Amino acid sequence: MRDTVVLKDVTHGYRGRRGGRVEALAGVSLRARRGEVVAVVGPSGCGKTTLLELICRLQRPEQGTLDCPSAALMPQRDLLLPWLSAVDNAALAPRIAGRSRAEAREAASALFAEFGLDGFQQARPAELSGGMRQRVAFLRTLLSGKPLLCLDEPFGALDAITRAAMQDWLADALRSEPRTVILVTHDVEEAIVLADRALVLSPRPGRVIEELEIGLPHPRTRSDAEVMQLREHILGVLGAARAPELRR
Amino acid sequence: MNRRLTAPLPPLLLLAGVIGAWEAYVDLGSPSEPPAPHAIAAALWNNAGLLATNLRITAEEVAAGVLLALLIGFVLAVAIHLSATLRRAIYPLAVGSQAVPIVVIAPLLVIWWGFGIVPKLIVIVLICFFPILVTTVDALAAVDREQLKLLRTLDASRWQAFRFAELPAALPAAISGARISLTVAVIGAYIAESETATIGPNSGLGHEIVADVNALQTPRAYAAAVVLFVLAITCFYALTLAERRIAPWATRSTGETS
Repeated sequence: MRDTVVLKDVTHGYRGRRGGRVEALAGVSLRARRGEVVAVVGPSGCGKTTLLELICRLQRPEQGTLDCPSAALMPQRDLLLPWLSAVDNAALAPRIAGRSRAEAREAASALFAEFGLDGFQQARPAELSGGMRQRVAFLRTLLSGKPLLCLDEPFGALDAITRAAMQDWLADALRSEPRTVILVTHDVEEAIVLADRALVLSPRPGRVIEELEIGLPHPRTRSDAEVMQLREHILGVLGAARAPELRR
Repeated sequence: MNRRLTAPLPPLLLLAGVIGAWEAYVDLGSPSEPPAPHAIAAALWNNAGLLATNLRITAEEVAAGVLLALLIGFVLAVAIHLSATLRRAIYPLAVGSQAVPIVVIAPLLVIWWGFGIVPKLIVIVLICFFPILVTTVDALAAVDREQLKLLRTLDASRWQAFRFAELPAALPAAISGARISLTVAVIGAYIAESETATIGPNSGLGHEIVADVNALQTPRAYAAAVVLFVLAITCFYALTLAERRIAPWATRSTGETS
C-alpha cells in the first residue's frame, strides 16, 4: 500500500529559554502506510512533540521534506474547554467546519455510547474523571474527520491503572475506527500494545536508532511473552543510547 | 443549620457592634460629634421619600456607568490583546487617565455636556473602566497557548479561536473587574454629582449629601451615606450572582449542582 505519511531527513531546532538554539530533531525519516499505527518511542525531550507539531503543520521543518495529509492533534493534556459540555467539546471540529450546533452535537452524541460516555453528554469537563476526559479528547480528534491522527502521550497524565485500561480501550477503538496514527510516547509498553510499528528515538537531538515491526495479533496482553520480549529489547536499545553519565 | 440562613449573621453582628459602640460614643461625647445612629435612623425614616428618589437617580447612574465601563473596558482589552500597535497606543494612556483628578475635568464636562446625566456617566466610566480593562487583558493573555495550537490543528480561524477559547475566558474576568469597579463607581457617582452640581432637590444622593452638609442637616447627610453603603453592597452581590449565571464554570463547584 502507498505511504500516506513520508518524512525524509527532517532536521529542526528552536530557540531555547536561555536564547541558545536547541536541536530537537536530527535527520529523522518516518513513513506510515494508510491505516497503520506508528509509535515513536523515546526519552523525555527527544523532540517527539516537535515531530508532531511539524506533522500537524504548526511549524515548518528547517531541513528535509515532509509529505502528509492534514492531521489532527490529541495533546497530552486533554485541553477540553471548561465552558463547553462534553458533547460540545467533542463536536468542536464540526462546529469550526461550519456545521450547526445541533448537527455537530448529533454527530458527537452518536459516538458517546460507543466510547462508554453515554449519559455524560451534558457534563462539564470538570465533572468528568481523567479517563473520561481523555476519551472526550480522543473523540474530538476523531470527529475532525482528518485522515491522520497525532497522539502526543495521550495517557501520560493518567494514573497507571487508568492508563492501562485506556490503552486497551484505544486499541479497540482503533480497530473499529481505523485511522493512520502517529503515537508519540515514552511508555514502551503503550507502544507495543497499540502500534503496528515502532520507531525508537535517541535523546536530543532525536534521531531514529531502531525501527521494528510489531507483528503481534490483537488483543495484546502486557504479560504475553512476545510483548515482554519486545519491551526488553526496546528498553535495551534506549539504554544503550543514553548519555554515558547515566549508563550503569 | 442551613448555611443560607446563617451566612448573613456575622456581618449583621459586626454591624450591630459598630452601631452600638458609635451610639455609646456619641452619648458620652459633645454635641459636635457625628450624629448618633438613632438620629440617622430617624432621618432615614422621615426623609424616606426624598432619599428613595435620589437613590433611584444615583443607582441609575451607577448601573449605566458600570455597564458602559464594562463595554468600553472589554472592547479596549480585546483591541490591546489582538494588536501590539494598539497595545502600545492605548495602554499608557489608559494608565495615565487614572491619574487625572476628576475635579480638574468636571468643570469642562459641565461646559461641554451640561448638568444632565452625561457628565456623570463620563466620570463614572473614567473611574470604572480601568480595573475591567486590566483583568480582561490579563485573562486574554493567560489563555493556554497549547489550547490555541490545538484549535489551529482543527483549522479554526483567528476569529473562531477567539470565539471558542479567548472570549469565554475573558468574560468572567471582565465581570470580576466590574465587581472591583462597582465599589468605586458608587464613590464615583458621589464625586460626579458633587462636582457637576445640579440645582434642585432631586439630583442624586451625592448632591443630597453636599447640600445637607452645607445646610447643617448632618443626620440627613449621614442617612444618604447609609443608603450609598447599602447600594454598593447590593450592586456587588448582584454582579456576583450575574457572574455565576453567565460563567458557571468559573465559580468552583461546591457540590450543589442542580
